[in-house]
Amino acid sequence: MEATKTQESFVSKLIKVITRNPIVFLLLIAAIVVGCLVENFFSWANLTNLLSNTAIRFLIALGVSGCLITKGTDLSAGRQVGFAAVVAGIMCQRGDYNGRLWKFLPEMNIGLVFVIVVLVGLFWGLINGLIVSKLHVPPFIATLGTQTIIYGISLVISDAQPIGGFQKIYTTLINGRIGNVRGFHLPYLLFVAAVFGLVFWFIYNKMRFGKYMYAIGGNDIAAEVSGVNTTRTLIRIYTTAGIMYAVAGYLLAAKSGGASASMGQGYELEAIAGCTIGGVSTTGGIGTVPGILIGVLVFELLKIILQFLGVNPYYNYVVQGLVIVLAVALDIRKYIAKK
Amino acid sequence: MSEYVLEMTEVSKSFPGVKALDNVQLKLRPGKVHALMGENGAGKSTLMKCMFGIYKMDQGQILMDGQPVTIHDPMDALRKGIAMVHQELQPIPARTVGENIFLGRYPMKKALGFIPMVDHAKMYADTADLLKKVRMNFDPKQKVGELSVSQMQSVEIAKAVSANCRVLILDEPTSSLTANEVEALFRIIEDLKAEGVAIVYISHKMDEILRIGDEVTIMRDGRYIGTWDASELTTDKIITLMVGRELTNLYPKRENVPGEVVFEVKDFTSINPRSFRNVSFQLRRGEILGVGGLVGAQRTELMEGLFGIRSHTTGQIFYKGQEITITRPKDAIDQGIAMLTEDRRGSGIMGVLSVADNISISSLNKYLDHGYFINGKKVEQLVQDNVKKMNIKTPSSKTLIKSLSGGNQQKVLVGRWLANNPDVLILDEPTRGIDVGAKYEIYCIIADLAKEGKSIIMISSEMSELIGMSDRIMVMCDGRVTGFVEGSEATQENIMTYATQFE
Repeated sequence: MEATKTQESFVSKLIKVITRNPIVFLLLIAAIVVGCLVENFFSWANLTNLLSNTAIRFLIALGVSGCLITKGTDLSAGRQVGFAAVVAGIMCQRGDYNGRLWKFLPEMNIGLVFVIVVLVGLFWGLINGLIVSKLHVPPFIATLGTQTIIYGISLVISDAQPIGGFQKIYTTLINGRIGNVRGFHLPYLLFVAAVFGLVFWFIYNKMRFGKYMYAIGGNDIAAEVSGVNTTRTLIRIYTTAGIMYAVAGYLLAAKSGGASASMGQGYELEAIAGCTIGGVSTTGGIGTVPGILIGVLVFELLKIILQFLGVNPYYNYVVQGLVIVLAVALDIRKYIAKK
Repeated sequence: MSEYVLEMTEVSKSFPGVKALDNVQLKLRPGKVHALMGENGAGKSTLMKCMFGIYKMDQGQILMDGQPVTIHDPMDALRKGIAMVHQELQPIPARTVGENIFLGRYPMKKALGFIPMVDHAKMYADTADLLKKVRMNFDPKQKVGELSVSQMQSVEIAKAVSANCRVLILDEPTSSLTANEVEALFRIIEDLKAEGVAIVYISHKMDEILRIGDEVTIMRDGRYIGTWDASELTTDKIITLMVGRELTNLYPKRENVPGEVVFEVKDFTSINPRSFRNVSFQLRRGEILGVGGLVGAQRTELMEGLFGIRSHTTGQIFYKGQEITITRPKDAIDQGIAMLTEDRRGSGIMGVLSVADNISISSLNKYLDHGYFINGKKVEQLVQDNVKKMNIKTPSSKTLIKSLSGGNQQKVLVGRWLANNPDVLILDEPTRGIDVGAKYEIYCIIADLAKEGKSIIMISSEMSELIGMSDRIMVMCDGRVTGFVEGSEATQENIMTYATQFE
């Protein structure tokens, strides 16, 4: 409130940062504790693993972040990733592979496949955007509906079969990495994530589209009154999200060496959790790209912690669900207290 | 036994920066209609909210039957026999009449002797009785959403009656009723009077007051002016009592000279039959056109209609001699029209965003490099120019706008619009909720803009502000333009006369 800013001490600043991001710090402490107790946790191989897992999840989280910042959501994210993986998988199968699904196709250039997959993602995103902005269906319901539609179509085109037999270049290129320092590599995926992170940071901070997005999240009526084309902006947000899921799906299929319609299931919740932990507020208008990165990283860290502790993997769902609810509850508290 | 069913004495209530009620009293006799009158902001609603337990009084007493009582909340008020029909009805449209009336106090019964469940038969039978009492004969099981406004109001009154109320507050009950519906309402009021219910009747309509009112209490600027027998009063006398005060605010000297007509509206009518209709007016270059009227006169709706926020059916808008079409705010903005909305928090600021983001959102196209990238330096320059020009007090351009004071927020919003360099500015209650010092600064900004040749439409509910700032005043009543007053000839009386010219 006051114009004069008092010089805060480093300690009080640190306390403030910790109390603002309690989950991040709790999980970092947990990581340190687990690292001290369990062998191999602090290893280069584990770090490589963490980073390459984070890379793909980060792309999905970037996609969904625009929806969250405008007080919406996108529950179809995971299924869109699966759809893209299926399409990419089918098109990237080897020409001489016996189990080819679409035998009428020649062996395709994987660059061309990438373009096709991105166009498919753009299509699904556009559908979501139109339903949300033109038909005014609440995003939660709209994307819940498209989620099921997309999954259904994935099952149809994949014949509900796992897809394998990829061209070698597809898997080796995506899984490629640089260097080898005691088991630590820099996966190419990391560079892809970094490039998209920078692009999104640029869009969110330096472009009109980003400013409009934050304005709609901050106060959609005020944005419309100020001359922002809220309909067009929302369509673009959901379309951009679709493209990001498609990219993630394309990479994921190659990373896994196979694809199926069930791929990406539940990824929307992981992405939403990552965003929320990273400070994207469900009350709208708030969220940064570095925050999203930290949120996703921390969430992946949680999964690895559970894995190293030898927890029954089924409990992962329980813990992840709790963290999501906790993250949103803590975020909402910041705003309730101020009323 | 006291001669009054309810007395409020020496009631005071302050909000941050405003003394809303200052030593006010109100005494209600059983079986009488007590009219409560005053200008917008005189404190009528605040007083009623104190009585109904929505606000807590800073000072003062409420007596019922001569005994002091404390009213904690609206439920408590209902238990004590005080009921209120709000100006804006808030029914649950998808539920039935019976469910709306008995909401929160459904009659219960025990099924199989132990399972508590709602006794629907009793609820609907009671509802039918109540509806008969308010002379309404629609089905208790009808959905409230299917009723007309006056029927919904009857439901609200039935709800109040069902609580066996002894005091019934009617806040502007006829503001959205037709003449026939008003007659029906008056018959219900007569019935209630016969049963000994004391009625507080808040209305601006003089003829109604003089017709059904028994006593009239007049308030002004949060103070109690007096209570009279309705038979002693005339319309003129009420107006004089309501507005009779000196101008306390000072206004800057205006040096603008109105020129040629730049903006003209012809026969502009809302899509909503109860809103603005057949509105025509002209606006000159460098002119400040004040728009006066009572709450509910549809001034905001008219301006939002012109700006494309609301829809209209017929009407033409001419801008610099050309007819233009406005269907959304962007159309108006592209033409060079700006509108500062009334509800600063609801449709003005984006609270969680910075001052820079808020001030630049409407004019981002001007700060782009290569057509795509926002040049932060240009935005910063915009912020600094405005901070200097309008004396905006903000720690930095990155400060969140919600942490600024109301006056500074308003200046940022004015800056947002001026960044587009508009020729016509619509300002809806530009000084509402702003402290006195900042008000004067806003007046100076308005005067300067007019001097630069910008045309300004200013809606204001503050009489002195209208008179002090306008070259000409357009007065509205109930959706229609009822008259124009030259600024130099404007008085509170002649504005009020037009403002209360109901059909």
